[in-house]
Amino acid sequence: MGNLGSVSYALKRMGKASSIIHGPKAVEEYDGLIIPGVGSFGPAMERLETFRDGIIGFAQSGKPMLGICLGMQVLFEQGTERGTHEGLSLIGGKVEMLKGTPKLPHVGWNTIELEGKSRLMERIPNRSYAYFAHSYACEPDFKGSIIATTGYGNTFVSAVEQGNVLGVQFHPEKSGAIGELILKNFMELAKECK
Amino acid sequence: MLAKRIIPCLDVLGGKVVKGENFIGLKDAGGIAGLAAKYSGEGADELVFLDIAASGERRLAKGGWIKKAASALNIPFTVGGGISGIGQIREILRMGADKISLNTAAINNPSLVRDASEKFGAQCVVVAIDARNENGAWRVYSYGGKVSTGLDALAWAKQCEKLGAGEILLTSIDRDGTGKGFDCELTGQVAGIVGIPVIASGGAGSPRDFLDVFTKGKADAALAAGIFHYGSIRIGEVKGYLCDNGVGVRLEK
Repeated sequence: MGNLGSVSYALKRMGKASSIIHGPKAVEEYDGLIIPGVGSFGPAMERLETFRDGIIGFAQSGKPMLGICLGMQVLFEQGTERGTHEGLSLIGGKVEMLKGTPKLPHVGWNTIELEGKSRLMERIPNRSYAYFAHSYACEPDFKGSIIATTGYGNTFVSAVEQGNVLGVQFHPEKSGAIGELILKNFMELAKECK
Repeated sequence: MLAKRIIPCLDVLGGKVVKGENFIGLKDAGGIAGLAAKYSGEGADELVFLDIAASGERRLAKGGWIKKAASALNIPFTVGGGISGIGQIREILRMGADKISLNTAAINNPSLVRDASEKFGAQCVVVAIDARNENGAWRVYSYGGKVSTGLDALAWAKQCEKLGAGEILLTSIDRDGTGKGFDCELTGQVAGIVGIPVIASGGAGSPRDFLDVFTKGKADAALAAGIFHYGSIRIGEVKGYLCDNGVGVRLEK
């Protein structure tokens, strides 16, 4: 789904082992699952179709999973990019085009406003800069799952945490030292669930 | 708030970084891996690698260095130079580039912009426009500034947006390598008519030039090569100056 390479490079820089899974086999043997993604919602779901049961099974196992950018968006019930598409429905809500923005796509470094406590954002200073490249954003039904928001035109949801299912709209693998710390937090969660 | 971006550009020729004046008279500026790591550490927001010979010699950017850059960098980077087909784009993105930049190929085959945007998303499709002022109008040049296309730069920028480009990388050939400041008029006019981000390029010589292109030129990002490569200005200095003058930039904590 696009940025597979950059996510695995980032984990490698941090000295963490990871595999790129090409088929719907044996996801359950991993401690944590990352769904990266750049591109468009519909085609991404088509490619994920063979993984659907594996991903849903993984989520139900209670082990942590992290969706990045489009990978976060597909965790939701419905995407509205170039037609309506069904998502993985692990988190209630839909994905809509950003509203009231000066320019689209929203590309570049923007700040994240942390909401409530979250393991993923541990030791991350409030209003840290993260790298974004997207035109759509998630609208979770359950506002309690929102762990970060970002202002661009209107305020949108830039990170969610619903139990063991996590998502970030920005690219931690491209967000400098702050992004690496977020990935490290995720890897620590995965280690604990082992 | 969305920060204004500072983007060092590494012009690549035969695996080395070079930078010339007015696109001719190239000088050697140093190795790719070393410069990439240096810029990332100094607070660059993004990097652009342009294989400047690729389009002239009608061949594609060789990939070895793209993988090296991808494994070393924790910030996004764009690869451009001689990209002319969907297969090449897929290959470059697969090697770890975050975005690709189309210039001559977009002019020769505008549907490539649309195809790339539909397949890989607008966020990874940058269209580079090299413009020269001729009798008060900006004309588009292809093949690394060598061939006049007759296209009007403003109309072409607007068309690129319609085709699905995610960003415009706008270079003033007149200012490139001169250190006389960005062409704020050209940048401002393009930024005023497109709804996608505009990266200004060509002419950076001082921190003040960056302030001008973000305020008067309405640029979303500014790109420079020579002044950073030869160490005459550091990225941190530029960002500090911008911050002191009320421009939102990402500062390393």
